[in-house]
Amino acid sequence: MNKWVAAVALIIVFIFMFLTAVYMHPFGEPENQDMDQYMIENAQNETGANNVVTSVVFDYRGYDTLGEATVLFTAVMGVLVVYKKTRKSGES
Amino acid sequence: MIPMSKIVRTITNILYVFIIGFGFYVIIHGHLTPGGGFQGGAVVASAFALLAVAYGRKKIVNLLNKEHLSVAEVSGLLAFICLAFLGLGTVFFFNFLAVGRSIPIFSNTPAGINPGDLNTAGIMPLMNIAVGVEVLSALGVIILTMFLGFKEGKEK
Repeated sequence: MNKWVAAVALIIVFIFMFLTAVYMHPFGEPENQDMDQYMIENAQNETGANNVVTSVVFDYRGYDTLGEATVLFTAVMGVLVVYKKTRKSGES
Repeated sequence: MIPMSKIVRTITNILYVFIIGFGFYVIIHGHLTPGGGFQGGAVVASAFALLAVAYGRKKIVNLLNKEHLSVAEVSGLLAFICLAFLGLGTVFFFNFLAVGRSIPIFSNTPAGINPGDLNTAGIMPLMNIAVGVEVLSALGVIILTMFLGFKEGKEK
């Protein structure tokens, strides 16, 4: 019984993946290319950075970087809370 | 954790300066080359991890101070947020130092394909440095805390 369920699930997943692979977009030709084309053409003039990725990360999408920094800060707080000493070493 | 062998410690003495230097290079050149604050900070923190593994518990407590790293982390994050708020005259995260603005810091204009000029990109180098300091000290705090959280293996 379990084998049949697994086989059917495998076949369904395979069909979905096969259809996805068939209907995939051709590489390098996205449907909506206004935004990235704008950034590629204007990032150097508007922000002055050679690195377009950095100009996106720190200028056009600064909120995202702020969120990443906050996530890292929260991770450090979590680690410090988990590793906080609550008893003397030697007990436990 | 006991310190590792003398070979590892010698190689660490040679290498960790270069690793930290490369990390700060990646941070400072973030607006010119691949990488940036996060990646460079991770590289510097990997040098901390190398020191911790090679030298063991007693030496690493003297080398790296967790409280100082915590202060550096918070000040890096605060510097980032303050730089974001400084552009609030227009919008949040406004690049108020970039090309064509009134303050002539970091405001050269690159034209087309160029070999790279550090004096460009407005607030991006400052933000890269702030984020780099934050990431390197955050990962350093995590590494130190987890490293010192181990029990001594040989005593029991």
